[in-house]
Amino acid sequence: MSEQLVLLGLVVSAFSGVPGLFVNRRSNAGQTLTTGLAVIGAALGLIGVGVFWVTGDATPIVVPWNIPGAEFHVAMDGLSALFLVPICLVSLLGNVYGLGYWKQSEHPENGRKLRLFYGLLTSGMALLVIARNSILFLFGWETMALSAFFLVTSEEHDQEVRETGWIYFVATHVATLSLFALFALLRAVSGSFAIAPLDPAAVTPGVATAIFVLTLVGFGIKAGIMPLHVWLPSSHAIAPSHVSAIMSGVIIKMGIYGIVRTLSLFPHPPVAWGAIVLALGVVSGVLGVAFAIGQHDLKRLLAYHSIENIGIIVMGIGLALIGRSLGRVEWVILGLSGGLLHVWNHAFFKALLFLSAGSVIHAVHTREIDRLGGLAKAMPRTAICFVVGAVAICGLPPLNGFVSEFLIYLGLFSTLGIDGGPSFAGATLAVPALALIGALAAACFVKVFGSVFLGSARSEHAKHAHESPTSMIGAMSVLVVACAFIGIAPVAIAPALARAVSSWAPEFGDASARLTALAPLDKISVMGVVLVGTLAITGLWLRSRLQAGLLETNSTWGCGFTAPTSRIQYTSSSFAEMVVGLFAWVLRPRTHRPRDLPLFPQHADFHSHVPDTVLDEAVLPTFHHGANLFSWFRVFQQGSIHTYLLYIFLTVLALLFWR
Amino acid sequence: METALNISIHVLVAFTLPPLLLGVINKTKALFAGRVGPPLLQPYYDLAKLVQKGSVFSTTTTWVFRAGPVVGLATGVLAVLLIPLAAPAAPVSFTGDLLLLAYLLALGRFFTAAAALDTGSPFEGMGAAREVTFACLAEPAFFLGLLVLAKLSGSLNLAGMLGGSLASQWTTAGASLALVVLSWFIVLLVENCRIPFDDPNTHLELTMIHEVMVLDHSGPAFGLILYGASVKLFLFSALIVRLAVPVATGILWLDWPVFVGGMLAVAVVVGVVESTMARLKMTHIPILLVAACLLSAFGLILLVR
Repeated sequence: MSEQLVLLGLVVSAFSGVPGLFVNRRSNAGQTLTTGLAVIGAALGLIGVGVFWVTGDATPIVVPWNIPGAEFHVAMDGLSALFLVPICLVSLLGNVYGLGYWKQSEHPENGRKLRLFYGLLTSGMALLVIARNSILFLFGWETMALSAFFLVTSEEHDQEVRETGWIYFVATHVATLSLFALFALLRAVSGSFAIAPLDPAAVTPGVATAIFVLTLVGFGIKAGIMPLHVWLPSSHAIAPSHVSAIMSGVIIKMGIYGIVRTLSLFPHPPVAWGAIVLALGVVSGVLGVAFAIGQHDLKRLLAYHSIENIGIIVMGIGLALIGRSLGRVEWVILGLSGGLLHVWNHAFFKALLFLSAGSVIHAVHTREIDRLGGLAKAMPRTAICFVVGAVAICGLPPLNGFVSEFLIYLGLFSTLGIDGGPSFAGATLAVPALALIGALAAACFVKVFGSVFLGSARSEHAKHAHESPTSMIGAMSVLVVACAFIGIAPVAIAPALARAVSSWAPEFGDASARLTALAPLDKISVMGVVLVGTLAITGLWLRSRLQAGLLETNSTWGCGFTAPTSRIQYTSSSFAEMVVGLFAWVLRPRTHRPRDLPLFPQHADFHSHVPDTVLDEAVLPTFHHGANLFSWFRVFQQGSIHTYLLYIFLTVLALLFWR
Repeated sequence: METALNISIHVLVAFTLPPLLLGVINKTKALFAGRVGPPLLQPYYDLAKLVQKGSVFSTTTTWVFRAGPVVGLATGVLAVLLIPLAAPAAPVSFTGDLLLLAYLLALGRFFTAAAALDTGSPFEGMGAAREVTFACLAEPAFFLGLLVLAKLSGSLNLAGMLGGSLASQWTTAGASLALVVLSWFIVLLVENCRIPFDDPNTHLELTMIHEVMVLDHSGPAFGLILYGASVKLFLFSALIVRLAVPVATGILWLDWPVFVGGMLAVAVVVGVVESTMARLKMTHIPILLVAACLLSAFGLILLVR
């Protein structure tokens, strides 16, 4: 039943943009129709997940397919259901948000295209998480990857957008190429393209290592694990904001899904795998947030935070792998449920942050943090949405980010072997790393929230900001509620997590009771409520005191300086300067500062910029050298279809003789 | 019965004692300087006065400016209920409460710094930037210390980690514990903006950290900040006292006086440090904080080698 509902929703989503194509491109009628269909599609998917959670039975649908090795085989399990939730929910909200943000009448040239690919993207992702055949999986994967390409390049008239789209395109195809190799290897050891657990005896260590590396590379590029993240920051920055929300919230999670699913096929992974994955998570987390803090483009900054959060998720997965190798069930449960819960949480709060950023961009038409300021007055609702997202992403109570980091922390602490069992002390080094990540994230979001929403406006645009329409605020409010709900009542989602853990590592049995026994989720709820209550009481007390006393308003104290301007405010760059200095060894900030200043003040300028070290210093040079190296190959690439037909003919001929 | 009594004393001590610590520090500094100094209870008089006063708000500010002091105090008050003082357990205790403790303080910091930025003042921005930057280095040091305690006690809640077994662990793993005490003392100094990190008595806004963040607050809101800061000082001192003086006889009238005595002693030590040291150059602060991390890390290595 649940599979049918999800498939139906997937089909409705896939075709949601089609009717709109036949409606006048300057009228808003088409967008209402399309959005209605997309919402129905996503809601059907969510209902399907709900049915699966309630009934718990999965009835796989298997239909023969005439492609060699392929069969149309879809099935639901705990892991698929878990990933379907952010896919459907963020897509639904993104569509609704688009009604106000990307009005057809304001974007006649690309609005219809954008909505078409938004629906296709959703259906591609839904297909790949329920696919149980690797060729079907690749169909879903490529639908997702190509739709995302067209979404990223929505504004293709812009040179920067085209260049970024190109980088994304190359990256996603390197990933797909790795996946081809990965599935070919899996086929070689298992004898079929079905995605099913492997017989450990059939897999030699060499092949297993190759599969592991290909998994990390192929899915890691999509997930944006440092240093494979090169495509991510700029694509997230230049895409329309509701596209960035689904890219950062959901698409990169498909990489995580791939890693989790593939590694679940190995019942006895070597312990080194877990250690490597955990180390990658730490690197991604720390460097992701370090790069984020150096950015001054609002959406680019949020994009680097995606890398950081992927790092946290990967840390959870690494811990679970170590636990599976060493047979420590509590590490598996805490690590995996923490990591998977963070998949949800990041989807919700990051979508919320990108949508809030979109609301800001909608109002002031710039992404430059240093040109904003004081928006909380003109856009109070957006400001509240943003601050909720910011508190949640920093992992602070009483919101959802705290719960998932709590689970991962507990798992990492227990690798000390405190209950007398075997220990894996190396993993505990991730504890201070996670603490560092949390503190850096808080620093970064104080900076963003402060520079964008607080203080006074730094430009004319920011002075004339206005609040966004209800469709946008409404979509954001749902995400605010989701963040608060998971933060206050994590017990409610524990069964869904436990089900996912059970389908990842079935050998440990039902994880549901164990998860609630290991992690005091009920205490988190109590403390969350108490915290809100204490805040309310203190707030009310202050309010009554303020009402009782004399209230005066004046300008900010400037230490005697009586003509303050908004230009004397601390900018985001100055705020981040100390942290960027601490991480200068990897961030390599490019700074231009005035030299040899004369005695009397003159015109001077200062700018600083943190480029992507991996892209600029490793990937681009490698590709340039590669292009030079292979330039002799151009002889064969003349752009003439006749010649290409000849090549195909010769290849087929050669294959015939070779057989 | 005994538990109820312990909880009552806990709440009483945790909410009335904090300002006294500030008084003790100031008195110690005055003694070193050869002055009489303000009365020991001066911080209480200040609070009483601030609560009665009117307020001035900058036209630039929004609700965030008022939320800063509220969140700062509320998180501190909740956090102090998580730490065992002299009783075997704190009023609130569960697996992983140490994480809630650290993240509650981070929540307070988030809003205090945001409130500073809300004024649009360059000085307050400067203070906020320093506060959050130094926290980035203090946090790992704190967590490394927690790891040491978790490993020693085999427990994942503060009651177990700072519980009665600490006394015997001082004989078996004294070196690790001493390193943690030292590391956490440095964390105490930076989290509460004491010398050598920050001089609470300075009058030059350019060199301040905490004081400059709250420059624009006045009246009851400033009272909340002052009280919140003293609660935070109390909280970190309590951690140090539990670690360094692990007296747990189980006798109420013995344990509590020892604890309060320990708290006052920590305040005196802070005062002595402030009187005998100069503040560090701003660029040297990260080096000392990294050293604090390393101290705790050595403590951990000694245990898991």
